[in-house]
Amino acid sequence: MSRIYLHREVYDELARYAGEHLPKESCGLLGGREDESGRHVEKIYYLTNVDDAEDHFTMDPKEQLAAVKDMRALGLTPLGNWHSHPDTPSRPSREDVKLAHDPGASYMILSFMTEHPVLNSFRVTDGEVVKEDLRIFSDEHPDW
Amino acid sequence: MKITVSGVTKEVNDGLTLPDLIELENVETPQYVTVSVNEEFVEGEARETGRLKDGDVVEFLYFMGGGR
Repeated sequence: MSRIYLHREVYDELARYAGEHLPKESCGLLGGREDESGRHVEKIYYLTNVDDAEDHFTMDPKEQLAAVKDMRALGLTPLGNWHSHPDTPSRPSREDVKLAHDPGASYMILSFMTEHPVLNSFRVTDGEVVKEDLRIFSDEHPDW
Repeated sequence: MKITVSGVTKEVNDGLTLPDLIELENVETPQYVTVSVNEEFVEGEARETGRLKDGDVVEFLYFMGGGR
């Protein structure tokens, strides 16, 4: 199982942003680095959901391009993307799978279906969904 | 000629077309990839016939979307 790390502060920022955009879906990109231990998300990009909808999202390609350029300038690698599910589980919907065209990307889904947000990360290859080992760590618990 | 693809500068044959480059770069599921050249998105016929020139900066962006 591939592993992906996210700092607690970055997670909190993501949950806050997506929570503020409810009941609409929100979305963005993940920049970071990758080594033998796994993927390390270092920056979350918040992109406009051009669908402006509660049950669908499409990222703005111009903002995608700007984010990729920013990652490059910072020496980061594009690791994948994230989006929120306002009232469905933290797993890819059929439509999400159908539209997941990048087999190298991590697809993070933040669900607000329950009282506390739930975040999971997946890879999607030819319609097959595989969950990643997502580790949310803090400075107090760096190895968790 | 030299072009930059996804941030990497490389030497390619003069007159290379975008479809040639997509094949050369082994872009997966190219039908879902948006191409930009010098920060302009390439659409329609230009995507099929456009020729690159020295110094061009090319980016491939996967469509990213989903729904319930």
